[in-house]
Amino acid sequence: MAIEVRIPTILRNYTDGAKAVEGGGATLDQLFADLESRHPGLRGRLVDEKGLRRFVNVYLNDEDVRFLGGLETKVSDGDTVTVLPAVAGG
Amino acid sequence: MRFDSLLDSLGRTPLVGLPRLSPSPEVRLWAKLEDRNPTGSVKDRPAFWMIAKAEKEGLLAPGRTILEPTSGNTGISLAMVARLRGYAIVCVMPENTSAERRQLLEMWGARIIYSPAAGGSNEAVRVAKRLAEENPDWVMLYQYGNEANARAHYETTGPEVLEDLPSITHFVAGLGTTGTLMGVGRYLREQVPGVAVVAAEPRYGELVYGLRNIDEGFVPELYDESVLTTRYSVTSADALRRTRELLTQEGIFAGISTGCALHAALGMANKAVKAGERADIAFIVADGGWKYLSTGAYGGTLEEAEERLEGQLWA
Repeated sequence: MAIEVRIPTILRNYTDGAKAVEGGGATLDQLFADLESRHPGLRGRLVDEKGLRRFVNVYLNDEDVRFLGGLETKVSDGDTVTVLPAVAGG
Repeated sequence: MRFDSLLDSLGRTPLVGLPRLSPSPEVRLWAKLEDRNPTGSVKDRPAFWMIAKAEKEGLLAPGRTILEPTSGNTGISLAMVARLRGYAIVCVMPENTSAERRQLLEMWGARIIYSPAAGGSNEAVRVAKRLAEENPDWVMLYQYGNEANARAHYETTGPEVLEDLPSITHFVAGLGTTGTLMGVGRYLREQVPGVAVVAAEPRYGELVYGLRNIDEGFVPELYDESVLTTRYSVTSADALRRTRELLTQEGIFAGISTGCALHAALGMANKAVKAGERADIAFIVADGGWKYLSTGAYGGTLEEAEERLEGQLWA
């Protein structure tokens, strides 16, 4: 139970306002399932039937998980997972 | 070097080595100095190419009005060309951008319409799209979806980098419209088997992610994930720290988004060192530091600078 997951402002209604929560699991998918057990509704905002939702970016220790293994990305204790909405630059 | 006009001097920017920040003679960093463009940023390339394309297609003629959502540099580039060619220009810019950007835009005659700080450039895009509907005679070039943006880099930046660095192993640039990474990335992948194309994405303060709903997120139409090898999210603190290291160790006075790219480039350099592999890593210096002096990024402690930058769009 020691993977820190940082939650963006717009999803903190699922975490009682907490900026970060902790969870466990061997993969990102398992981690999200674990979070769902304590923060009902959160998983559905991050994932749909096709995988990570289009406007959601998830980073494992600052690297975009879409380039690591998507929901099957391996996670372990001490990792930091950051969830952010996709925003424009330029 | 002699040119017929300022616009003709676009591109052909220097690629300089970073002897102090490079970890070893086998793992080297190279900075592509895009601040040496006519208005001082990499955005001159896509701006000129997008306008040239619109002129060729008959969309633009003197007296017409250009509309563009921009956090600054693209608007500045467009405003300069618009002034020379006789177009009016309206820029939709988030209100949390530096004072210098506003001053430069006004100097070249742009009209600025501000979008709310919360939501950052997403809001600017939304406001611009609404204005485009209300003003059908305005021409929105739309850097996020205009293929001329990426093509400018495919045709110019990419070939320049490869010509100066045939041994390139990694290309790193900031991710905004994604135009630089898509254009240079595609070109290099065609020419250099195994080259890594790495995106450095600015991670802003919470205000910028203050959307009402996660489905209001934005992914530029130009973005094609398959062009990238990987993508890093770089905090303001890391970007500021690297911007200062570039200044103190290599003498390069760059904007904050350059620190963001440098951070990812150094990450790739460290991986190469650990793996015992050679690497020639080129990254983009998108602009100089001049436009960010008022943000306080270069003075005081890093913590103070980070605090001052909170909620600002610095890339």
